[in-house]
Amino acid sequence: MKKGKVSIREHELVPKHEIMEEEEEKELLEKYKVKKEQLPKIKFSDPVIKEIKAEVGDVVKIKRRSRTAGKFISYRLVIE
Amino acid sequence: MEMRVTTEGKEEAAKELVMSGVEEETAELINEDFMPVELTVGLDELLEMQIEEAYAEDILMMQGRREEGEVKLGDIELKVNKSEIPEKIKEELKKKLRAVRIKLSGKKLDAILKKVEEKYEKAKVEPREAVGIVAAQSIGEPGTQMTLRTFHYAGVGAIYITLGLPRIIEIVDARKKPSTPAMKIKLAGEYASDRNNAEELAMEIEETYIRDIAKVDAYTEDMSVWVSLKGKELERRHIEREEVEEKVKGRGTDVLVEAIEDGKLRIHAKNKTYHELLRLEKDVSDNLVKGIEGIKRAIVRRGPDGEYMLYTEGSALKKVLRIEGVDSRRTTTNNIAEIAEVLGIEAARNAIIEEMMDTLDEQGLDVDARHVTLIADAMTMDGEVKQIGRHGLAGEKASVLSRAAFEVTVDNLLEAAMYGETDKLKGVTESVIVGQPIKLGTGAVELVAR
Repeated sequence: MKKGKVSIREHELVPKHEIMEEEEEKELLEKYKVKKEQLPKIKFSDPVIKEIKAEVGDVVKIKRRSRTAGKFISYRLVIE
Repeated sequence: MEMRVTTEGKEEAAKELVMSGVEEETAELINEDFMPVELTVGLDELLEMQIEEAYAEDILMMQGRREEGEVKLGDIELKVNKSEIPEKIKEELKKKLRAVRIKLSGKKLDAILKKVEEKYEKAKVEPREAVGIVAAQSIGEPGTQMTLRTFHYAGVGAIYITLGLPRIIEIVDARKKPSTPAMKIKLAGEYASDRNNAEELAMEIEETYIRDIAKVDAYTEDMSVWVSLKGKELERRHIEREEVEEKVKGRGTDVLVEAIEDGKLRIHAKNKTYHELLRLEKDVSDNLVKGIEGIKRAIVRRGPDGEYMLYTEGSALKKVLRIEGVDSRRTTTNNIAEIAEVLGIEAARNAIIEEMMDTLDEQGLDVDARHVTLIADAMTMDGEVKQIGRHGLAGEKASVLSRAAFEVTVDNLLEAAMYGETDKLKGVTESVIVGQPIKLGTGAVELVAR
């Protein structure tokens, strides 16, 4: 009756999370003229972060589906 | 406004298009709701303008330069993709451009794209606009028209779900558990296509306690608890008698279970006190035999897409996702805290948007998704779902005066005084209190002398 491991990343509510390369991260911060700490946060204990194995201090790129824009890219800093 | 296109203007534009060599059908197409997004109202005008401009060129083209000037499908794809506009507008634009492709030239295409980009840039919200206030008003005003009744018929069997204003408040307050938790369980494969399979799965998921399938009585004469199984219920829920016996026996070592005749169990309490007996009776009846704890009821319904799905009263997302036959990609709950825990903060953000929009839609209120999105973004900013209020967003504001002006004034001021907090007086509330210009809109601009 029970299934094996269910990957939550396949759930339709979960957008695609990607760990950003250092170079890409730098570009982003320069583009918006912000410090890493000013980005929205995501917890290290977040189930998606656990699955993609991101570390504290990483920036994850999130490809959201948007009702108005179709696609929208957002970023979160991994904390704790 | 310049963006409004009147019907008159449209007809005129169509005529002009036909004049400049565009087929009548295409001209109509261009003029009729060229772009459905309000943002691109006026593109009709734009297109006709471009065509007018390129009129001379068209004539040249017709004189033998057609091959050279024609725009290929690939060009549209490539150029539109490169432009700085959102995905959705790109798709829309491509569709429309493809329809009028034969009438396009490379130059015209470029001009159109440039103009669309310009229009998009103009449609963006101005820097330093108070978007939060606008969002609050945009949800607050229709909120006055919402039902205040907590319960509402959901149209699914007899499952009640909180809707209207109470539901909006519940979401914005980030309650750990909604007043009426419920799930929409989508099914996979044969479960989705066959009603019997779906029905069976519903039984599998619905929590069943011994009290539901048997009569449990405590007898003081011999200090024992009698469990008489209801054969009908057992059959309906596909539970074997042995299963129940196993469950009861597994209670622990301090009881002695003996099976008597058909479907009757007698349980002796070892510790023979009256109190102990009553406790045992309760213990036995509260024994979960089958199903998932928290799912009080599961009802099979045919979804809008024609496949069978389950609606439940009660919610247990993590456990339900792991059940065979459940589509673990599309199954959701209305408990946002649960979604945040199982699927992460981004899923919670999506759930907040979905739930709020659904609630507003259900009440027939048309609120732009952007306002709701802003609220969801603010609530999930710090990696956890925070309420909008004194225990969440408003309580974490940097300014003492702003917090004091919101709620529990004295507490905030006292605390600030104790810790020697400083107020930089940068926000709206603080500025109003001390009487300085608010740093919003034009008030946010300063001159720098060189």
